[in-house]
Amino acid sequence: MEAQELPCVLIDCIGGKHGVYEDHAEFLKERFCLITMKEYLENKNFLGKKIRAIYMWYHKPVINEELLQSLPNLKIVASSGVGIDHLDLSLLSSYGVKVSNTPFIVSTDTADLGMALMLASSRRLVEGHQMAISPDTEYFPADWLGAEVSGATLGIIGMGTIGYKVAERAKAFEMKILYHNRKQRNKEEERAVGATYCKKIDDLLQQADFVMLVVNLTPQTHKLIGKRELQLMKPTAILINISRGLVVDQDALVEALQNKVIKAAALDVTYPEPLPRLDIFFKFNRSECVCCKIRKSL
Amino acid sequence: MSTVMAEQDLPGLLIMGIGGTHGVQESLAALLKKHFSVITMKELLENKKEVGKKIQCIFVSEFRPTIDQELLESLPNLKVIGNSGVGVDHLNLKMISNFGVRVTNTPHAVADSTADMGMALMLASARRLVEGSQIAVSPDTNYFAADWLGVEVTRATLGIIGMGRIGYKVAQRARAFEMKILYHNRNRRSQEEEQAVGACYSEMEDLLQQSDFVMLVVNLTPQTEKLIGKKELGLMKPTATLINISRGAVIDQDALVEALQNKTIKAAALDVTYPEPLPRNHPLLKLNNVIITPHIGTATVQATHMMAEEAIANMLSVLNCQPIPSEVFPQ
Repeated sequence: MEAQELPCVLIDCIGGKHGVYEDHAEFLKERFCLITMKEYLENKNFLGKKIRAIYMWYHKPVINEELLQSLPNLKIVASSGVGIDHLDLSLLSSYGVKVSNTPFIVSTDTADLGMALMLASSRRLVEGHQMAISPDTEYFPADWLGAEVSGATLGIIGMGTIGYKVAERAKAFEMKILYHNRKQRNKEEERAVGATYCKKIDDLLQQADFVMLVVNLTPQTHKLIGKRELQLMKPTAILINISRGLVVDQDALVEALQNKVIKAAALDVTYPEPLPRLDIFFKFNRSECVCCKIRKSL
Repeated sequence: MSTVMAEQDLPGLLIMGIGGTHGVQESLAALLKKHFSVITMKELLENKKEVGKKIQCIFVSEFRPTIDQELLESLPNLKVIGNSGVGVDHLNLKMISNFGVRVTNTPHAVADSTADMGMALMLASARRLVEGSQIAVSPDTNYFAADWLGVEVTRATLGIIGMGRIGYKVAQRARAFEMKILYHNRNRRSQEEEQAVGACYSEMEDLLQQSDFVMLVVNLTPQTEKLIGKKELGLMKPTATLINISRGAVIDQDALVEALQNKTIKAAALDVTYPEPLPRNHPLLKLNNVIITPHIGTATVQATHMMAEEAIANMLSVLNCQPIPSEVFPQ
């Protein structure tokens, strides 16, 4: 099949800080004619009509009305990753363009990271490493303790594909698992991971040693965790976020951490990403908050 | 009057001290005081002759107090040393045995927290958590690069060297991550035990060659000292990570440094080194593909309590001439 006969797909760019990986581009090229934003902008009139799909990688290219108007044959926007909060779904729908995501492939890596953050935070791994390598360390103090993950209570907020995989992993640590979700899972699913449904989020927040956010970002989950929810949590509890930064009221979180309303937070996501550097310095004490943005290996 | 008498009736227990950076936690000391007349090293040294006679047990925590010939000679009524923790490589078991003193450890109390630590180190190393955390908070960071990746834990191959109580708990946890589990042990586990965690018995060489993550969960003995040396590291995949939750001396540290520098293996995550802490100019501290934690495998509120309780039960069983749950013998 000649390259010209392959359907044309718009991508942002290849390589560099944000682009599609070279090796991914290679296998995409087996099926599609890839057009970068640069190439498209240089020849809008000709290429615009050919583009039938957009492949989004790390939320780029940014899709706005202007772009949609100049792609009359666009059929689908394929977003990498499961979150689609960066897309204006009603705008795309109004142009008759379908949207797809990748909910299954992200699930285990994201669940793994949730577990990694919970363990690292509870056992003070980052802090411990810093102590172990610090030029000032002369001995390891005996009164330096973390908290146990095994046998503790994990509250999973959002029991979709990823949340369920978190539960499967946590069960092996003999954790007591509570979950809150729009819909209750069926009995077999609950039994398989030993999870108990909390219809009211308050019940989960009050009992959990670890609260893990595994929801998608929607108007309903925006600032789901605010001052009220943080205060319902145990003062010994740790908040873990592997959803989106906006699910948490960040100012309320800072206040809660500073006042020891909760013990610690471990965040793979913030709003924005990265956080302003002054916020890091003044608001987040490194020992209370493990902040990272760890991309999945796709 | 009767309270004072009751306390004096309690068997004398020697501990390093209470509180501070080297002493027994206050809450644990309170626990010990329920069963023993607790005597600190300071109190012993102030009046060796009188106080020495009262001591029937020693509670060793974080390797303190150091048990040497001099100490043993000054404690004529010593019956048992209750170690907090499972490893007893810091104790001269033969010398202690020659004094007719028993030694006990706490194999049950340490298992969950140490297995958790092994999982924590494996996940942190694979997903570059320490590095990522540094990038996230660094004053120089103004974007997160898209081509910054870790490696997958789910469905990877984990090789567990040492499948005792702790190793088995590691396998139970790793199974939930759909990991392929290989293990090597002095003795093979039963078929049921293997099947329950999906673990395959392997010869050492095969395990090293096939594993994405190699986790050391053995105790330190003359047989396991430098178990992992240049040859073993050379057998590992260049994409593999070595995790150590045993004892530092199980690894030939110089060979490890060389292997990490030459990219013979990809990374290491060590809760234990030799010595602890490492000298501040040690090359392991400078490598960016190494995570080191300050021997915190059992450093949780829960584990330290359980260890004290297990040690207490062991020591009391010796004093009461009952079967001893966890006695350790010289090899």
